[in-house]
Amino acid sequence: MYDANEYHETCGPITTREPVAAPAAVRTKGLVRRFGAVTAVDGLDLEVRPGEIYGFLGPNGAGKSTLLRVLCTLLRPSAGQAVVAGHDVVEEPQQVRLRIGVALQEAALDDRQDGRELLVLQGRLYGLTSPEIRRRLDDVLDLVDIGDAIDRRIGTYSGGMKRRLDLAAALIHNPEVLFLDEPTTGLDPTSRAGVWSEVRRLNADLGMTIFLTTQYLDEADALADRVGIISRGRLVAEGPPDVLKRSMGQDMIIVETEGTDTTALDTLRHMDVVDGASVKDETITIRTSDSSVALNSVVIALSRTGLKVKSLALRTPTLDDVFAELTGSHIDVSDVR
Amino acid sequence: MRAVDDVPIRAREGGFLRDVRAVAGRALRQIPREPASVLPAVLVPAFFYTVNLGALENLARGAPGFSYKAFLIPMAIAFAVTGMSRAPTLVSDIQGGYFDRLCMTPIRRVSLLLGLMVADIVVIIILCLPVLGIGFGVGVRFVTGVPGVLAFIGFSALWGLVFTGLPYAVALKTGSPAAVSASFVIFFPLFFLSDAVVPKQALTGWFSAIATYNPITYLLGALRSLITSGWEVRTLMEGLAALMGIGAVSMSLALMALRGRINRNA
Repeated sequence: MYDANEYHETCGPITTREPVAAPAAVRTKGLVRRFGAVTAVDGLDLEVRPGEIYGFLGPNGAGKSTLLRVLCTLLRPSAGQAVVAGHDVVEEPQQVRLRIGVALQEAALDDRQDGRELLVLQGRLYGLTSPEIRRRLDDVLDLVDIGDAIDRRIGTYSGGMKRRLDLAAALIHNPEVLFLDEPTTGLDPTSRAGVWSEVRRLNADLGMTIFLTTQYLDEADALADRVGIISRGRLVAEGPPDVLKRSMGQDMIIVETEGTDTTALDTLRHMDVVDGASVKDETITIRTSDSSVALNSVVIALSRTGLKVKSLALRTPTLDDVFAELTGSHIDVSDVR
Repeated sequence: MRAVDDVPIRAREGGFLRDVRAVAGRALRQIPREPASVLPAVLVPAFFYTVNLGALENLARGAPGFSYKAFLIPMAIAFAVTGMSRAPTLVSDIQGGYFDRLCMTPIRRVSLLLGLMVADIVVIIILCLPVLGIGFGVGVRFVTGVPGVLAFIGFSALWGLVFTGLPYAVALKTGSPAAVSASFVIFFPLFFLSDAVVPKQALTGWFSAIATYNPITYLLGALRSLITSGWEVRTLMEGLAALMGIGAVSMSLALMALRGRINRNA
């Protein structure tokens, strides 16, 4: 697995690792979850620190939701260990449940109740007394903006409102660790921005540990203190988004061509100004430490190979580039957005 | 905005009774919002009672003092309370993911089922009242008086509860609304292969044999005895034994299905 901390220590300024003061909020060791012959989570070692936002990034079917359901005690692991808020999910699931809040991918609500009823019931199931529930309702409704809709039947809510109520339900018992499974999938841009700001607020104001899965690069980039990238059930990279992206070089040159030519790729890879190059279909992605220096040389080299260039663009690296570099494929979310 | 990080409120286990009450309370709150879910349980027994009475009262005349009006009341009650469960709600919870949310709380798993059954008993008791009202309206009287009426309602509620095990088992096993609806089909052989509509002595050979081994015959016998015969301990015990037997099967199926659902992917 690629560890951005190692990169940081070897390539960046010399730093010392942070002392480990508190036990991990989430820790897995060799975690495996199989469904028959399919291994959804394959030997995962993970550590999420208390108070951080950890983004678990990967394409559909990578194993994100399976991992989350194991951590939330809905699924038992096939092998390995998972400890959440200091308690083993298999040995002490009840202790884990008391300490976590969860908002699953599809807002898990009851359309026939109104928002307030749902939150009160949720409070009761967590053993809160009526005065405690009233206090927590005030607190949670300050944090999560539901407005007057709280007294409306949930069936009348929009998708964004349901997500917010789901979040409120996950918070009613003041959990230590909050799990969010793809919290903005299917939401419009305004609702997404609203969820993002609520996640940031929860973390900043309450110091709550937040573990979120996402397939959106910008979401992981914008929210997470650290990102774990999962592919086929395995963690392939982990670190702060900036550090992960910097590992790809400072700049990217994206070249769209007519047709493909493997010799062109070889030529590019051997150039001093090029840190790395990959091709997918008719798009060549070139990593370089300085695109202003490399651009001319790349164009000349390509023209010599005879490959016709349709377009050429410069950009900074994204987490998708990290994913592509490590797995050879891209996180394609076009089908869900 | 109020800071809440200094609020010491933390989750704790609520206790078994509290869990059951919370689940039952939620289920009961839904009922006035969905009157269509209980309306048939009032109309269907009224219809069958009236039709059977009109069609068969003259044919079913038995010994002197026999009242077909009284004889049919247990059948009408059975129509009212059988299959009256929150199983469709459970199916929507499973399909919509709300069941998972409940499973992620520290609630005792069995409370998820028992809470719904407590709500069922409340509904069933309420549904007994219009049927009894019809009976009283046509002149049926309990020789056992008010205690007999209460015992009658108790038996009916127990039967209703015992039968709910089946739709809950199907709901938890399949998560399918169609399968839950289909589970009601078992009501028909159970009831119509008993002395539900015609007195046992009037049944023909093979039918009579089946009815003798059908536990529902004994449940209906116990209910009828409270109306027309008085406190017949043996008859009541037979009825109770029939309920216990059916209950042992249906509740075991429901609990096994609950365990299966919770450990579905374990």
